[in-house]
Amino acid sequence: MSFELPALPYAKNALEPYISEKTLDFHYGKHHNAYVTNLNNLVPGTEFENADLETIVKKAEGGIFNNGAQVWNHTFYFFQFSATPVTEPTGALKAAIDASFGSFDAFKEAFSKAAATLFGSGWAWLVKDAAGKLSIVQTSNAACPLRDGLTPLMTCDVWEHAYYLDKQNLRPKYIEDFFKVLDWKVVESRF
Amino acid sequence: MSFELPKLQYAYDALEPVIDARTMEIHHTKHHGAYTTNLNAAIQGTELEGQSIEELMAGISKASVAVRNNGGGYYNHCLFWEVMTPGGAKAPKGELEKAINDSFGSFDKFKEAFTKAAATRFGSGWAWLVKQGDSLVVSSTPNQDNPLMDVAEVQGTPILGLDVWEHAYYLNYQNRRPDYISSFYDVINWDEVAKRFKG
Ligand SMILES: [Fe+2]
Ligand SMILES: [Fe+2]
Repeated sequence: MSFELPALPYAKNALEPYISEKTLDFHYGKHHNAYVTNLNNLVPGTEFENADLETIVKKAEGGIFNNGAQVWNHTFYFFQFSATPVTEPTGALKAAIDASFGSFDAFKEAFSKAAATLFGSGWAWLVKDAAGKLSIVQTSNAACPLRDGLTPLMTCDVWEHAYYLDKQNLRPKYIEDFFKVLDWKVVESRF
Repeated sequence: MSFELPKLQYAYDALEPVIDARTMEIHHTKHHGAYTTNLNAAIQGTELEGQSIEELMAGISKASVAVRNNGGGYYNHCLFWEVMTPGGAKAPKGELEKAINDSFGSFDKFKEAFTKAAATRFGSGWAWLVKQGDSLVVSSTPNQDNPLMDVAEVQGTPILGLDVWEHAYYLNYQNRRPDYISSFYDVINWDEVAKRFKG
């Protein structure tokens, strides 16, 4: 099957000043787009020719995995933002975060640390396991927690391309601003 | 004794337009500066304190992740600044040229292999020209690993290295890593590479 770059659910400048239009132009328009193009070039003639994206993320290796997982990760990342975000979890998700981390503030601190300390390129994730318990995981490069049987709820892209035009080496500043456009309504719908 | 951030032998804008002054300054003062500070913190008060950077690399499998990441970052950037220069020779000469021809077939074939290693390193890392005895090979490493480390897949003496972390080129080239790689050949300091080849 052929994969398509999904349209963003907001305008390119909607996340300003926290994530700039220029960053979205490159991150979505070039990086995300290239992963889609590369994946479509790689799958024909392989066992993944008719596979859906989740199957590729769970089963593929090498270039098909790298590009397929990066398509999945970026779509998951871009769709969790809003210009008018709900900035804190509520209801059952809030209760689960309190139960797992003590409080929303304690969760934010732990998540920010995980995102700041992932060395090299990768992702920080809030995930739910089969028993419904929440935890924070770090993955390198394209790696995705779906492959480990976990349910991703939200993620922070800490490849340098996600923040270098706006923040350069100041990754912690990017993580702080990331929370200002993260829409917990979307996270809740995934929970 | 602690490691120090080396001074560059050229101005921050000396490698323009290949590498812009802002990238050079942030790369040197912030990124390399942080690796230096973090390396010193990681070895302070441990039995590794006092070892040379080469000794640290050779025994890295026994060191902490912090020493591996920051020690690699310290060493790799020291090498990187030295193997670049404004207005350098366009190609290697003498013994190095002969070794490149013997190992790769021609200078163009070497460039092809090195370019491919740099372009296909997924995520953050480095491309290397590595001396193994009398011959040369091209390799790449993830993150801040390097061929001196006893954990590297391809081990030997790095004589040329190219940083392909996005911070090395993003302000100037954004997603166009291939353009950054092809421009890099204009600023290689082949005299320094030859010196490292002689050992
Ligand atoms: Fe990204
Ligand atoms: Fe670097």
